[in-house]
This record gives sequence, C-alpha cells and structure tokens, in this order.
Amino acid sequence: MSDDIEVKESIDLRGVMCPMNFVKAKLKLEAIETGEVLEIVLDSGEPIQNVPKSIKDEGHQIVDVKKEDGFFRLKVKKN
Amino acid sequence: MVDRFMEDKTKRVDVDITGVDAPKKTINFDDLKTGGFIKQKQKDLFTVRLRCPGGRMDSEKLVEVSKIAQKYSKEGVVHFSFRQSLEILYVDYNDFSDIVKEIEALGLKVASCGPRVRVPTACGGCEYNPNGLSDTQGLAKMVDEKYFGTPTPHKFKTSFSGCPIDCARTNEMDMGFQGVVDPEWVEDLCTGCTICAEVCKEDAILADPETGKPIFTEANCIYCGDCIRACPTEAWIAKRQGQIVRVGGKHGRRPKNGFEVARFLPDAKVPEAIEKTIEWYTTNGERGERIGTVLRRLGVDHYVDFMKPVYGEFALKPKKPMEYDPS
Repeated sequence: MSDDIEVKESIDLRGVMCPMNFVKAKLKLEAIETGEVLEIVLDSGEPIQNVPKSIKDEGHQIVDVKKEDGFFRLKVKKN
Repeated sequence: MVDRFMEDKTKRVDVDITGVDAPKKTINFDDLKTGGFIKQKQKDLFTVRLRCPGGRMDSEKLVEVSKIAQKYSKEGVVHFSFRQSLEILYVDYNDFSDIVKEIEALGLKVASCGPRVRVPTACGGCEYNPNGLSDTQGLAKMVDEKYFGTPTPHKFKTSFSGCPIDCARTNEMDMGFQGVVDPEWVEDLCTGCTICAEVCKEDAILADPETGKPIFTEANCIYCGDCIRACPTEAWIAKRQGQIVRVGGKHGRRPKNGFEVARFLPDAKVPEAIEKTIEWYTTNGERGERIGTVLRRLGVDHYVDFMKPVYGEFALKPKKPMEYDPS
C-alpha cells in the first residue's frame, strides 16, 4: 500500500449513517471506470465495521487504508 | 380438555362432538395426525398451524394459503407464530378435513403440538445474510424432513442461527445450533491497517500501537468472523467453520439456558448429533420431562459421555449455564 495511488474520485462519508454511506460509495463507484480508484473517508465505529466488508462483498478491492484521528481513509479499486 | 386430546392422543380416537349448533359428526383424530389444531377461547373455533420450517415459504404458496385463510378463517386473519409458522385463526372444527386437504394439495403440511420434535426455526443464514456463517435454512429443512414428529418424552424444539448474534435463540432451545468460524491470522498478508481491531466488538483483537498488526486474545473471541470479512488483504482466514451446539435450554414459565456441548461441529455431523441426542433423551427422560431437566438431573457429563462418538474432538467440557432466578 502506498500514497502514490492515483485517486479518480473522493467522497467524505463522515457523519453519514449505515447503510447510506455504503450506498453513496456504491453510486460513486458506478460513476468511475473499472480499475480506477475511489477514496472514501469513513468514521470509526459502525461505518468502518460495515462498509469495507460490503465493498469486498461487491467484488471491489481495498488497496489502501489510513487511520487518521477518529476516521479512516480508504482507497477502493473498482472491479 | 379438548386440546389435550388432540395434542397427545396418538391412537385413533373417535370423538362425539354433538353440539347445539353443529350437526352430529365424528372426527377421526388419527387423520389429523399429531395436532397443529389449537383450541381457541371462542366456541367451536380452532387455530390451524402450518409447518413452515425456517419461516420460509414460496411466494406462490403464500398467495394460495391466503386464499385458504380467506375461505376458512371466520375473521379472515392469520398470525405469524413465534416459531415462524403461519397460523390460520378462527377455523371451525367441522372444516378440519377440508382445510387439511386444501393445505396438503399445496404441498404444505399442518404442524404439530405435543411431545415430539417440532418444526425447526432458523434465521436467513449464509444464503443472503452478510453475517451468516452457516446454511441455516438448509439445515432446518433437513431436520423437518428427517426428524419432524419423532416422539420424545416432552416437546423437542430445535433452531439454527447463522452467526453469534443468535437471532434464532439457540440458547433457549432443547437443541440449538449456531454457526461459528475459527479465525486465523496470516502475518505475511497483513499490512497493519488496523481495520480488524476496529471491527472486533469483543476486544479479541487489539492493534499493536507500533505496527498496527493484530494482537489476538482467543479467550475473548466469539468466532463471528467480522475480522475475516473486513480484512482488505485476506490476512484473516477461516481455519475451520461449524456449529456451536447448545442443549437443554428452554423459554416459557421457567426459562433455562442451554449447555454449550460442542464447538466447530461440522455441518455434516448435525443429523447424527440430533439423532443421538434424541436417543439419549428418549432413553433417559421421563414422560413430561424436557431434555434440560434430564441433563440437570443426571448431570451433563452423562450426556457428553454418550455423545463422544459424535462430538469427538469438537466436544466441550460444558460449564454450568447462567440460570434464570426469578427471586
């Protein structure tokens, strides 16, 4: 995992409840091409417990995870 | 009492049901098998309980059942029972034979009451629930097909939960099965992202403050598999998957928790576990005694010893469950 992954789109989902945060991430993913990367910012707690596994269930790949102060920054490669 | 008659008599019993309003007519209770007809407060009216293992029904059949309910329920209502079966309320006992014929023509059956193996309940399981670790619906179907109606000293309720959230309340069943997965960490694949520590609700995984890598405390783990599902790099894998088996629980007037007797029992061994447990129960239980009472009377080791050939390496040394104390 590295910082030089090219990010196509970014969405800040802090404060967005489950499962709407996942649905919003999914809509963003639909708008980019296969192989491109979406950056998602998620709160700790429930969002980080739920959204990564849903992303995996849908077949996308989490290529980078950064923990920051009370939230996470994920990079998701669309498959 | 009329309902005891219907629930407990297994021999053919002809009952004269001459009533003020009803014409003289005899009903062969043998045809009605083992119940599924429950006396209501209202004169002449009964609840007819269908068999819906795991609470699942084809939508096409549901449409037809609703037509039957419309025809036979004097109030035009159904009730979803606490054990996931559909009950048609306010059915006149004179219509029993007709309603059974129509229900059976759909390929559905009437449920049971009394001292026997009851319809199993189950959650959605791994088929469509993201938390699901076990094919609860498949297992419930299997139990319904193989063991439903088997006579036992008292009622014998089973349920299947797909994960440790345990929506099917396996702890309160005569015999309950709950899906579990044993997680294993593969260090080479771990990037130290700390998501597993974040998702673990049991403090079984903490992140090393230096490396972010997991520090695993198995004593806290309830084998839910959240770490496996959340890990972005598949650094948590399933070492083994199976069932926690709980025996001797019940709800009702004097609730009791079940004994945890096996863990990671493979799904393929579930039929054998049920069969052998029924054998132990019918051998050792007295009429009217739930299996939990027998377990507490003879000691749980008596059961565990008997089950050794089935549970084998998956057997647990059962701890005394926490008991409900109404005082």
